[in-house]
Amino acid sequence: MSESDSQAIYEKLYEEAKKKIDAKENKAQVLVGTATCGVSAGALKIKEDFEREIKEKDLDVDVVEVGCIGHCYAEPLAVIAKPGHPAVCYGYLDDGLVHRLVEDFLAGDDPSYEYALAALERNDVFPTFEDFPRGQYEHKLILENCGFIDVRDINNYIARDGYKALSKALEKEPSAVLEEVKAANLRGRGGAGFPAGIKWEACIKSGQDEKYVICNADEGDPGAFMDRSILESDPHLVIEGMILCAYAIGAQKGYLYIRAEYPRAVGHVQEALDQARAKGLLGESIMDTEFSFDLEIFQGSGAFVCGEATALVNSMEGNMGMPESRPPRLASQGFRGKPTVLNNVKTFAYVPYIINRGADWFKEIGTKDNPGTAVFSLVGKVNNTGLVEVPMGTTLRELVFDVGDGLRDNKEFKAVQIGGPSGGCLPESALDVPIDFDSLHEAGAIMGSGGLVVLDENDCMVSVSRYFLEFTQHESCGKCTFCRLGTKHMLDILNGITRGKGDAETLELLKELAEDVRDGSLCNLGKTAPNPVLTTLEYFMDEYKAHIEEGRCPAGVCRELILYYIEPPKCSKLCNVCVGSCPTEAIFTRDDGLKEIDQEKCVKCDNCLKACPPEYNAIVKLSPPVLPPEKEKTAK
Amino acid sequence: MSELVKITIDDREIEARVGDKLLWTALENDIYIPHLCSIKDEKRPNASCRLCFVEIEGVDHPVTSCTRKVEEGMVVKTRSQRIDRLVKTGFELLLSDHDLKCAQCAANRKCALQTIAKERRIKLRQKRFKLIERDYEIDDSPAEFAYNRSRCVLCGQCVWADREEAKVGAIGFTQRGINRAVTTFEEIPLADSICTECHLCVDACPVGALYYKSDLK
Repeated sequence: MSESDSQAIYEKLYEEAKKKIDAKENKAQVLVGTATCGVSAGALKIKEDFEREIKEKDLDVDVVEVGCIGHCYAEPLAVIAKPGHPAVCYGYLDDGLVHRLVEDFLAGDDPSYEYALAALERNDVFPTFEDFPRGQYEHKLILENCGFIDVRDINNYIARDGYKALSKALEKEPSAVLEEVKAANLRGRGGAGFPAGIKWEACIKSGQDEKYVICNADEGDPGAFMDRSILESDPHLVIEGMILCAYAIGAQKGYLYIRAEYPRAVGHVQEALDQARAKGLLGESIMDTEFSFDLEIFQGSGAFVCGEATALVNSMEGNMGMPESRPPRLASQGFRGKPTVLNNVKTFAYVPYIINRGADWFKEIGTKDNPGTAVFSLVGKVNNTGLVEVPMGTTLRELVFDVGDGLRDNKEFKAVQIGGPSGGCLPESALDVPIDFDSLHEAGAIMGSGGLVVLDENDCMVSVSRYFLEFTQHESCGKCTFCRLGTKHMLDILNGITRGKGDAETLELLKELAEDVRDGSLCNLGKTAPNPVLTTLEYFMDEYKAHIEEGRCPAGVCRELILYYIEPPKCSKLCNVCVGSCPTEAIFTRDDGLKEIDQEKCVKCDNCLKACPPEYNAIVKLSPPVLPPEKEKTAK
Repeated sequence: MSELVKITIDDREIEARVGDKLLWTALENDIYIPHLCSIKDEKRPNASCRLCFVEIEGVDHPVTSCTRKVEEGMVVKTRSQRIDRLVKTGFELLLSDHDLKCAQCAANRKCALQTIAKERRIKLRQKRFKLIERDYEIDDSPAEFAYNRSRCVLCGQCVWADREEAKVGAIGFTQRGINRAVTTFEEIPLADSICTECHLCVDACPVGALYYKSDLK
């Protein structure tokens, strides 16, 4: 095996790919963002609309499905790349806009900038995404290709230097790959931040021949979709990262553990695997070297706990998806009892960059102990929801107010819930915490896999912590005492508090129990489940106290502590909207023509509040649910 | 594996085999540590009852002694404020899901829960947590014994006896979360299952969930 073989093979692949892609880029292209986020906003229909309009006008334009463009708040999104113009991204698409764009831009030559979100490349006529205020904070690395390449054609990836890192690595000893990853101090992006290089090395040191590489794509946090988006938008990046890992540790076989609720990700990854295999980048003798490695998809069946390493392996082996005590760690005794590297989707996605550009380059991004970027799915009450990538060390304030452009409807910020159900709720005072594994841990939250939910004044923190605990309690596998019974009792206590039940002792018990569940549980699901409770108890104690001492829910969320009331001076006799909106016929017209709510019938569905026209704004929520004497029901 | 080393448990110097589990070393030396789920021969400990916590010098958090292997020079404490608090909570959590009617239980006076309560001076009738109500039926289909699921603490001793000693496989863990239970396949009565009524599982049960009818008088 001569050394330059893989390089020569790669150059040939690259030339071929480049030729194909260039040919495509010589004519106009419409790229429709059809990751799950886009599809659920109607992107497939938009794609059909484009195809139909283009056909009707008999234009020579390709319509291509790409992944997540990252600006989910403006879905459905499409990029139009027409020679002679900068590629431009359009948002909030509907059939009318599609018609207009095809007629004016594709058939004519007017890019209709009034409908554009941003251009994708620097130009003299229209600003790019980097010119957005958030542009100066964002640093796209593993999301670089997301939304801009045709995921269903491997040539797109290769033409953007894809698999170059693999060809470079294959020229060197496997240890060179390991050393580079170790030097880069790449920390696992699954949540805990354990250095990937150390994990890989432990696997090598086990001294066994049979080893496995597994990618953990069992993303289950409510509100998190980073891993899904990457797999749907740039699957080869993850695949290449896994192959590099396999080469470094000497594994022959690997699996992508993708949850079955991600059918698009599964489909795209499967296609990507087939295409990589056909090009000799996967399977027997990769790039004509002696290195063979193959990958397969394993679909998880829905248990959140299977994102936990040992439970994941158990479920792959056909056992109940339940965690085991560690050690032994997977690196020494993992899948089928063999040494196994299990890393998150994003962790693998960084590896090709590190090999291509070097550990020193990687360490220049982010902070000293937390190099690289952090990927978040920014959701909740923030203006710019979507997928964002910022350097580690960016503060939460920058992420929420600059990248996310602050809160919707000028509401007041209350908290960020970071790290999913295992994470914590941080208040305004913690917003200057830099985003990295260690600082967040210190603040009581965790980085987690990157879900970030922004909460505003209308969110009740007791209710939020109850919501997350309900999730973890439901997802507890039931194996160990603390998680099985501890989370159940915590949830019961929280349910009571949302009904105004409890006293100072209840809060004390909740705190004690939360601490004991954290310290006593078997796996990280149980150990981290109390985090939302512990952080809200620490930062939002006043809300807990308002519930139990005053029977009042300050945010007006907990149903048993509020009532709806129509303020007579504001109510219009001429309007009947609230009456029609009420599903239980609780609203009636009084003798004087004003409306009133029969509290006995009211189920507090919130419909009337939303229905009451803004010019009246007559309906208010009262908490505690007590009607002042003069407001009591007057007629029946 | 038979190398002998010296370790210290509760200020007592003990000779122990390297690689043995701390829990069993302590028990062999008459040092009591609460435990329900640990099985000496099990290769990978279940570690699910979470009662056998100890503190080890140099480790900053409580450790389950059933999973921790003996190492030269280890200094172990079986009691401390932190350990006692964890064990108490864990134990009370189990009791909140246990049909506590000792006087009417076949295991009265030989029950592992009573032992733990006595050794650690924890009241059996705990008041911190609300009792979880269950309406399981007692399976008295076998000729000599019966199974009262409301008493089961999910330690897994019976499952081990059934699978590893009797080699039958009539019972196992089913369901998840708060509904986790030991039952037969499809939850049919034991007598209708492949159970051979060898009653090794009954002998293994530490709490009287599986019991001989003759012991109930």
